[in-house]
Amino acid sequence: MSTDTKPDIDIDRSIGDFRYEMDYAYDAGVGLSEATIDYISDVKKDPDWVRAFRKEGYRKFLEKPMPTNWATKDLENIVFENIRYYLSQGQVPKRSWDEVPDDIKKTFERLGIPEQERKFLSGVEAQFDSEAAYSNIKAAVGEQGVIFVGSTDGLKEHPEIFKKWFGKVIPSGDNKFSALNSAVFSGGSFIYVPPGVKVKHPLQAYFRINAQNFGQFERTLIIADEGAELTYMEGCTAPKFETATLHSAVVELVALKGAKIQYITVQNWSSNVFNLVTKRGLAHEDAEIKWIDCNIGSRLTMKYPGVVMKGKGARGEVVSIALSGDGQHQDTGAKMIHAADNTTSNIISKSISLGTGRSTYRGMVHVPKHLKGCKNNTECDALLINTNSRTDTYPAISVRGQGNAVQHEASVSQISSEQIFYMQQRGLSEAAAMSLAVNGFVNDLVQQFPMEYSVELKRLIDLEMEGSVG
Amino acid sequence: MTTHSLSIRDLHASIGDKPILKGLSLEIPKGQVHAIMGKNGAGKSTLAKIMAGHPDYTVTSGDVLLDGQSILGLEPDVRARLGLFLAFQYPMEIPGVTIANFIRAALQARLPEGEELEATDYYAKLYAKMDALSVPRNFTSRSVNEGFSGGEKKRCEILQMAMLEPSYAVLDETDSGLDIDALKIVSAGVNALRGPNIGMLVITHYQRLLDYIVPDKVHVMSEGRIILSGDKDLALKLEAEGYDWVEKEHGAKATERALAV
Repeated sequence: MSTDTKPDIDIDRSIGDFRYEMDYAYDAGVGLSEATIDYISDVKKDPDWVRAFRKEGYRKFLEKPMPTNWATKDLENIVFENIRYYLSQGQVPKRSWDEVPDDIKKTFERLGIPEQERKFLSGVEAQFDSEAAYSNIKAAVGEQGVIFVGSTDGLKEHPEIFKKWFGKVIPSGDNKFSALNSAVFSGGSFIYVPPGVKVKHPLQAYFRINAQNFGQFERTLIIADEGAELTYMEGCTAPKFETATLHSAVVELVALKGAKIQYITVQNWSSNVFNLVTKRGLAHEDAEIKWIDCNIGSRLTMKYPGVVMKGKGARGEVVSIALSGDGQHQDTGAKMIHAADNTTSNIISKSISLGTGRSTYRGMVHVPKHLKGCKNNTECDALLINTNSRTDTYPAISVRGQGNAVQHEASVSQISSEQIFYMQQRGLSEAAAMSLAVNGFVNDLVQQFPMEYSVELKRLIDLEMEGSVG
Repeated sequence: MTTHSLSIRDLHASIGDKPILKGLSLEIPKGQVHAIMGKNGAGKSTLAKIMAGHPDYTVTSGDVLLDGQSILGLEPDVRARLGLFLAFQYPMEIPGVTIANFIRAALQARLPEGEELEATDYYAKLYAKMDALSVPRNFTSRSVNEGFSGGEKKRCEILQMAMLEPSYAVLDETDSGLDIDALKIVSAGVNALRGPNIGMLVITHYQRLLDYIVPDKVHVMSEGRIILSGDKDLALKLEAEGYDWVEKEHGAKATERALAV
């Protein structure tokens, strides 16, 4: 293994596009029924309350309609009977690299995780299929009293904290897919940061799907106690398969009084993945929750990170970049629910559509009548590359009462042929000129990502731009 | 005959069905500065774009040679990498791309595949050129031309020219939109780059630019052709007497010559 510690996380598509044969020791089979849920609960040795929670989720999943009244009809192409809902090697999360099985190591190595871990991480929770195959918490984080484990361990080992918030920010019945996740969830992270603790290094997790027709339903719960601060990063790559794969995560964040949570996602799903994710944070008094989200790849992504500003002076922010390649649909946005005085929210969204790619922005901002001093700023900019590219914007802003301020700006632009000619005249090929202009378009947002992610993002954009011109 | 020149030979070009260049010939030897003057609508800026390979124009006959090599039919970026530079009359904005990164990408594009531009060398060179052109250091961290004044845009063009070190540069109406102070600064930049390794073609409507950038030769363009060539005094005469007399006296002759061919 290389000991080179260059910050080079190579997760471009060509590298993610491979698969090793896995011996699936635990496999719930295809399709979903009450028996599937009992099987999952048995294998995972769930406490009774979790089994009951799953069954409640399953009932709600059956009750809830598909959101096709407002969302794309493509959702109807998900065949729930053909999906595997649970798959595991039956591994317990590993604490050290040496304990990780070789075949899994091989996969991680191709994703560049070992270097990444050595150089940047203070803890890694890398999910391999349903179970965490590798988890390593650095002594420094542990010493500060920070809990960073898989969600399965979290609910067993820390029920007093876990139970208090689990399913509270996003109730099972929030939508059909949050209900599905509640029924079959497996994997994901549980993090608790004690009062006043500021975690210096970002905590990272890698996610990966490695089975055909296999839905991945991780569940993450992060709690920052009073005055605590934390940055969490997730990066995703998935191998390419012939039939559609469903990914439906639920992420709940709780920032108690004066706490700060920053949640960063760089996602690069293969183009057959349905990525239907529910992410929401609850910000108490003077707390701050910021979602930084980059969506590349997938067949359809539906994701609207939200912040409920429950306490006075709370702040919510969503910064998102979406890149829709040929045949892809990024349906993303933000939800800002103001529920206390003097709360402020900020949404900045930029999307790029290539070829027949389609980017949709949906934003919900809600300020009820009785509140004072609330502010929202929304900016959404769309860039269309080809003449058959598409973008739609659906802002839903309801601001009532006096003394609340809202500001909304939206733009749609194209890279003009005169800009391309200008850049070509300096010696850049048409493709390089296009890439540079696209990177320029998202540059102010990319700079909010940690350095190693911004380098990777640039590379992913270059990769997506290849073949999109001419 | 030297092949170290930018040579335009009997060039005919059109946009759609409309002929714009009607048999234009010009030879700019390396090391010299030539000026093209002419009324608005004479086709001066079009000539610049056609040389650079703008896709809106079609060359119907004739040739453009760079040190003896025909560049017609080549993509604009290939012509640029061969050593042709066009300082635009209206430089485009590239939001989010800093001048430093833009020039770096342009230099990188000139290297063979797999070879990386050395960052420290690059910045050393960039800062040296900026100092030589009296460009403030913070200038290159701004997005290319975004929100620039007319003078800043032209300085940005001159800085790019200094960094890319072309063999031939076409300066299209570099004086347009400049006040006298900006004109002096930009002209000083151009003069600093003059030398035996570069041929320049300065396109202008007004003589005043040529007070600062003194040309070796002046050509008068009318209706898609060069109708008269001379030394720098020709520019002064044009300033004093206008374009009409040249067009009257020499336009007809040029038409006769064109018809005779």
